[in-house]
Amino acid sequence: MSGSEAAIPWLTILVLLPLLGAGAVLATPRRGALPKQVAFTVSLATFVVSVAVALQFDVDEGFQFVEEYSWIATFGAHYAVGLDGLGLVLVLLTTILTPLVILASWDDADSGRWSVNSFFAWMLVLESLSIGVFAATDVLLFYVLFEATLIPIYFLIGGFGGARRSYAAVKFLLYSLFGGFLMLASVVGLYVVTAASASGPSYLLEDLMNADISTSTGRWLFLGFFIAFAVKAPMWPVHTWLPEAASEATPGTSVLLVSVLDKIGTFGMMRFCLNIFPEASRWATPVVMTLAVISVIYGALLAIGQQDIRRLIAYTSVSHFGFIVLGIFAMTTQAQAGAALYMFNHGLSTAALFLVTGFLISRRGSKMIDDYGGVEKVAPVLAGTFLLAGLSSLSLPGLSPFVSEFLVLAGTFTVSITAAVVATLGIVLAALYILYMYQRTMTGPVRESTQNLPDLRPREIAALAPLLLLIVVLGFFPKPALDALNPPVDRLLEQVGVSDPEPTVASDEEGPSK
Amino acid sequence: MNALAVEPFNVPHISYGKLSPLLIVFGVALVGVLVEAYAPRERRYLIQSVLATLGLVAALAAVVVVAAQASANNDGSSLGTIEAEGAIAVDGPSLFIWGTVLIFSIMSMLLFAERRLEGGITAFAGQAAALPGTEAEREAALRGIEHTEVFPLAMFAIGGMLLFPAANDLLTMFVALEVLSLPLYLLCGLARRRRLISQEAALKYFLLGAFSSAFFLYGIALVYGYAGSFELAEIDTAVSSTTGASGLLLTGMALLAVGLLFKVSAAPFHAWTPDVYQGAPTAVTAFMAACTKVAAFGALLRVFYVGLGGARWDWEPLMWLVAALTMAIGSIIAITQTDIKRMLAYSSIAHAGFLITGFIGAQQGLSIAGEEISSLQAVLFYLVAYGFTTIGAFAVVTVVRDAGGETTHLSRWAGLGKEAPLVAGVFAFFLLAFAGIPLTSGFTGKWAVFTSAWSGGAWPLVVVAVLMSVVAAFFYVRVIVVMFFSDPVGDGPTVAVPSALTTVAITVGAAMTLLLGVVPQPVFDLARHAGEFIR
Repeated sequence: MSGSEAAIPWLTILVLLPLLGAGAVLATPRRGALPKQVAFTVSLATFVVSVAVALQFDVDEGFQFVEEYSWIATFGAHYAVGLDGLGLVLVLLTTILTPLVILASWDDADSGRWSVNSFFAWMLVLESLSIGVFAATDVLLFYVLFEATLIPIYFLIGGFGGARRSYAAVKFLLYSLFGGFLMLASVVGLYVVTAASASGPSYLLEDLMNADISTSTGRWLFLGFFIAFAVKAPMWPVHTWLPEAASEATPGTSVLLVSVLDKIGTFGMMRFCLNIFPEASRWATPVVMTLAVISVIYGALLAIGQQDIRRLIAYTSVSHFGFIVLGIFAMTTQAQAGAALYMFNHGLSTAALFLVTGFLISRRGSKMIDDYGGVEKVAPVLAGTFLLAGLSSLSLPGLSPFVSEFLVLAGTFTVSITAAVVATLGIVLAALYILYMYQRTMTGPVRESTQNLPDLRPREIAALAPLLLLIVVLGFFPKPALDALNPPVDRLLEQVGVSDPEPTVASDEEGPSK
Repeated sequence: MNALAVEPFNVPHISYGKLSPLLIVFGVALVGVLVEAYAPRERRYLIQSVLATLGLVAALAAVVVVAAQASANNDGSSLGTIEAEGAIAVDGPSLFIWGTVLIFSIMSMLLFAERRLEGGITAFAGQAAALPGTEAEREAALRGIEHTEVFPLAMFAIGGMLLFPAANDLLTMFVALEVLSLPLYLLCGLARRRRLISQEAALKYFLLGAFSSAFFLYGIALVYGYAGSFELAEIDTAVSSTTGASGLLLTGMALLAVGLLFKVSAAPFHAWTPDVYQGAPTAVTAFMAACTKVAAFGALLRVFYVGLGGARWDWEPLMWLVAALTMAIGSIIAITQTDIKRMLAYSSIAHAGFLITGFIGAQQGLSIAGEEISSLQAVLFYLVAYGFTTIGAFAVVTVVRDAGGETTHLSRWAGLGKEAPLVAGVFAFFLLAFAGIPLTSGFTGKWAVFTSAWSGGAWPLVVVAVLMSVVAAFFYVRVIVVMFFSDPVGDGPTVAVPSALTTVAITVGAAMTLLLGVVPQPVFDLARHAGEFIR
């Protein structure tokens, strides 16, 4: 792995800071806003550290801030962390969203089953584990953290949510464990493969990338990993846990679940499926792309039919994750860079959407679209932010998701015109589900029940403003993010052994392009 | 006549030092019997509990000393020697198992000695001979009579558990089996509360146990008929030197397996487990679940790796079936359970299945390369991990009570998370460990046995095992849901404050469950150092 040992263990600090913060939150007295303030301060400090890391990051290098210690020698497992552009972007997403979510969820835990302290402590634990997942360069370490993230989110859903939260929490956990245990079988299989080699067992990504895995073994092991990530992402047909979970959890929990945790699925596909099993990834491409396209259309169609605002957003995410997976498995630089960028952008836009609808729902106490109407007249700021968040979700040009969606489609077009064309329908449907929802809730005559709906409070605006700002800025100027993402994508495609197809139409007229 | 007279009498050579752990435990058990006979009643509890615990600590110290002095053998993969004229193998695995059993026994003794939960009296029947519901029983209760015989009984059982996995010939093994079983049958029937169900458990355990012992004995006879010796090494020679299957060997092997699989509660010989685990006093259940399983797996591994290793291709197919069946029955039937102790019993059956999965890998000696994990190492680690978690979990069961004593019905645990967040949290942690969630010992253990099985070519079994893990996770999660996400029914459960004894047992269980999940390497190293069985 290229890159140098870090003098200061930045990544360990990033992982430990929220974890220790969680302990501090638990230890603070259970009165007033003190635990919330402590949690917010800790998440802000984590954000500052992550920015410091990002500023030192050299986009042209490989893995950076590398730390590597032997952890369980018998397993060949290491405590090995390091960031490439992809990991950095997702770590930043996590550290940006967590303080905003804490700010937005300020009062959400007051009526929960357990104390406010535990709510915010679980959130910080989740942040810590997520950062660890995105930084892990050892498969066993990744697996351990990947599974461990289930516990905080399970308690966050089950302890602080709607009426059917315990059902939703169990469904979520069982789906995830199903995928997780299949992946465990594959992880064990990887050990058996490397243990037979001369250098002995190792779970280091770099060793596994060079391991000699036979074709049929590789395909079986790939399946174990891929199914786990597909459940996590979530892709059709293993997505059914998401609408329940996202609808029953508090808005903040839903943000962390969909915007951060589900990214582990797509991140895992890029980092582990493609790197360790290049042959199997190429082999699986047709099926995966088909499933991805189905996810795009299916998620969009179901979103149109939803009555429950939160379920609607959950289905839009199924559709968006379809785009991301499509981009990853199209195996072109454009599509993969687009998919990687999409992970970040989808995190921002979905977070904004979940939070603003969360504020709306908390005012009226209903998740049903039919209970609203004419909100834009009584709460213009809320309606405005809702519209902006919605437009970003339907990939309006000028907002950041457009850039990534365009890259994915353009990159897919060069390998499969059918997939690209069908997926483009998803954009049309996206306009439908977002605008239709906006029309039914925000426009029209003011309902009696929404007459006295208060507008957004300063705290709520403060939680939303940074997200919307980022969406607009990255929409016009995505270069910094793409600069960080392009090198890892290039390396990844080299490892998979795929090169971009020559643009045939252009070559007729202008000769071979660069 | 004369010829017989000149035959010199060879004094059997016994190296008392190397057998000292066994001798200490049996010695303390005998002293305990004397204490029971001569010490005044009111002092017996203190004397017996201190004596038993000190005896176990001394035995543990002896194990450490013997292990430190044990030297590696020429074959390079084992250490230690065969003692007592070929009857007992004091080798690496034996010492490892001895240490494990003794540590679990010490934790169990802490639970045995707990008095605060029952209001200043142990959880064992005051007078076992008094019929339930009679005047005699009431009188015994009024006078505060305690059965302090439980300590010497447990010590005899522990002695048997030490001998069982170390036995180098089948006859010694049978004797050890009986020594460990008989006191356990008695202990199961000694619950102070709910005595009928406890006595029923004892009777069931005794009848089925006696039955399985008979199978085991018959198996020994048949194997002797085949090999002409009780000694495992000679059986191995006989098995390896003949080709083709012998009906005598196959039948004998199957019958031996029945006896051993009964003890580890593997399907289809598991039927006793739920009833006995539920009926026995919870401290005894914890003791049985942890220690018996360790000892019985030790014996199972020794018989099948050392004695019958050459016939591996004959016993493996059947073991595949047993493993799959055990995991399936344990996991699936557990879903329908409404009693915590029964649920933990089925979980224990499922874990036996996972352990057998690791055992089937049979990766040992020369077949493993370099740092690769051996099957013995994997199974031993799993036993250590499982034992700590099990004792901790049953210890938690003893503190959740209502007016009628321990309340084990699942519905009565509703809302425990609100009532006693710490206790419920610890129990949830144990359940997550049983389910095999990372950062708990359950995960590292599962990883180890799955790897062992896969390396040995049993990957279909690994797939079955992961699927069954998901099913098993369902009922562990269900208990967490009941504890944390449900509202209490009626008065709700109360958590009695135990004395330091139970608290220590729970704390050690939880701490080890976490430690073995995060930094398992030292135990793996210890198991690696223990090496293979001596032949």
